[in-house]
Amino acid sequence: MQNENIIELKHITKVYEDGFTAVSDFNLEVRKGEFVTFLGPSGCGKTTTLRMIAGFDLPTEGQILLNGKDITSLPPYERPINTVFQRYALFPHMNIYDNIAFGLRQKKMKEEEIARKVKKVLDLVDLEGFENRSVSTLSGGQQQRIAIARALVNEPQILLLDEPLGALDLKMRKEMQLELKQMHDDLGITFIYVTHDQEEALTMSDRIVVMSEGKMQQLGTPEDIYNEPRNAFVADFIGESNIFNGIMTGHLKTRFCGGEFICVDDVEEGTHITAVVRPEDVELTAPEKGTIRGVVTSVIFKGMHYEITIESGKNEMVARSVHVAKPGDQVGICLAPDSIHVMIAEDHTNYFTADINDSHRLEYNGHTLDTSVTRIIPGSKRQEDGTIIDANGEVIDPRRTRIVISIQPQDIRMTDQVDEGLVEGYISNLIYKGDHYSYVIHTDLEQDFIVDDEYLWNMDDHVGLIMPIEKMSFALKK
Amino acid sequence: MTVLRFSRKNLALPYALFLLVFVAAPLLVLFYYAFTNGQGHFTLSNLTGFFTDPNTLGTLCYSFAIAAVTTLVCLCIAYPTAYILANSRLKQKSVLVMLFIMPMWINFSLRITALKEILTLIEGNLAMFPFFNAVIGMTYDFLPFMILPIYTTLSKMDRSLIEAAKDLGADEKAAFLKITLPLSVPGIVSGISMVFLPAMTNYVVLDMLYNSTYIMGSLIGSYFSAYNWHGGSMIALILLAIICIFTLLTSGMEDEDSRAMGGARL
Repeated sequence: MQNENIIELKHITKVYEDGFTAVSDFNLEVRKGEFVTFLGPSGCGKTTTLRMIAGFDLPTEGQILLNGKDITSLPPYERPINTVFQRYALFPHMNIYDNIAFGLRQKKMKEEEIARKVKKVLDLVDLEGFENRSVSTLSGGQQQRIAIARALVNEPQILLLDEPLGALDLKMRKEMQLELKQMHDDLGITFIYVTHDQEEALTMSDRIVVMSEGKMQQLGTPEDIYNEPRNAFVADFIGESNIFNGIMTGHLKTRFCGGEFICVDDVEEGTHITAVVRPEDVELTAPEKGTIRGVVTSVIFKGMHYEITIESGKNEMVARSVHVAKPGDQVGICLAPDSIHVMIAEDHTNYFTADINDSHRLEYNGHTLDTSVTRIIPGSKRQEDGTIIDANGEVIDPRRTRIVISIQPQDIRMTDQVDEGLVEGYISNLIYKGDHYSYVIHTDLEQDFIVDDEYLWNMDDHVGLIMPIEKMSFALKK
Repeated sequence: MTVLRFSRKNLALPYALFLLVFVAAPLLVLFYYAFTNGQGHFTLSNLTGFFTDPNTLGTLCYSFAIAAVTTLVCLCIAYPTAYILANSRLKQKSVLVMLFIMPMWINFSLRITALKEILTLIEGNLAMFPFFNAVIGMTYDFLPFMILPIYTTLSKMDRSLIEAAKDLGADEKAAFLKITLPLSVPGIVSGISMVFLPAMTNYVVLDMLYNSTYIMGSLIGSYFSAYNWHGGSMIALILLAIICIFTLLTSGMEDEDSRAMGGARL
């Protein structure tokens, strides 16, 4: 079934000249006629991947196969692939006809043939009779359609769309979503679509690639992605989610949020898990009937439903319900087994490397840690001349030895007084996990720390990270 | 007691005054001299004199030739330079741009004197190639005025337009000829207008290069130094007319392009 895949990306890695890794080890096979969406926050590498398929960027490593043939280093003008650009990129010095005819003229097609095709494609995008208009007289939506027409008239094997609806208003966007989907179904061309809008992705795609930090997080149908998110990132990015840390307490039994629930995912007892519950799956009952109890803290009317926030112990859960509640109400919470998505918890231990200074103290980011090497390296002893030998009696050279320190996310404390911290950085991501927030702190030393904190900090807050020595574990770097 | 009210219109007063004293009044004086004779009577003889005197007409043609060749040479040097500058990913790009602008900061007469010395070293006698030397002097003087507008237009151009052209099957050459070049026309036009017209009149360059040939500027200078205000004013007026016609012709072209480019950025 080799020829069923129209395009294959094999171990694609893109490292920019400044050392930034935009995409790393990306693998994807797209079937003929499929509508695949790259979905992710800005800077996740989705546009870079698209640009490599188009030929504007060359991958640092890896291969791109089109119909089984290697096109990795083929220039864009030799690829049977066309792109709809984010800001349309219509040629301002040409009228609509010349814009659309551009690709066909490059192929040296006869002018009457071109005229026929341009007319046909203008019909397709519902802009009949626009041939002689100039680009600047068109609205954003019309320019968008012309950009699509200009790409489609070349009858590409693959149409790439780079956030094509980003500049349109909401109503226009919804209309175009449906029209694009319709065009895809009618034309049978493979579409590869890039967006950061999860709803857009869920509406249009056959399959979605969720990306973050240059890596594929999950690949699947919209239903798969929504119902069975593979990790907390996907769960948080796609739709709204209640995310909790928990533990498996038995066969198909899990405990989180202060209660024990039956689930359908078979995970070994004792495993730390992340449980994801969609707000629409949270069932509110009378207090005595619920698995756990809670107090309603806020109710927001959302048109079709109410968004109800319930506090249960230290945890917070959002529910969607057609029945109104009022703040202060005591409620019970029930969760159906198949509404709980159990994922094996990712290990969030933070690792960082410290140096040993001449007085045999650990040093990190210009701070000296109040501990001594003899306490860190098992069996090591300080000799009379001040040097330190390890258990085998060999002298440890401080300049050549480095220590890996590990610390758990819940043991790190954030502070506004950035100087007090061992290292400082900006909050680059946060996920709410029921009774605490999980933060990603991007430090000035270009390292990411994961920190759990029960209080809400803001994105891009500048914080110092306080890490108590007694919570650290140390290992000799090999 | 009247309260002094400060209206924003008052802010325009200094500029209006400036216009009146330094633009409107001299223009009126120019018109007056151009259309009068020594006795202060109205006459068209200055105008007819210009177009019937083979010497002045010859100078006009010669100036045109110098200006045209200078402009062409400037364009041929400036476009590739600006193109390379605009497309280089060098971090030192601003330094490079600076290198081309820097000569403008050095005193004009100093620069031309230096050029004169170099040319004398090479040619021995500057009188041997007057046209050639005039073009070199003008090119050297006006090159930055051609590079800058083209560089600005090129570097402001949306890169995705080139990518779109390549995406639609255009190779490097076709993308340049069909997209980059047409879109840089406004820069070329303003470069030409900044080089061509001054090159017709800037006789100081020629003077300093010991160049004995006459261009329009030298002509006006010679009339004025002979106290023929009337003839000189008429030539100045004719130059002004040429400038106006040129500007009108090119501004139409520039407007259309810049409007179209503005539209695309919406």
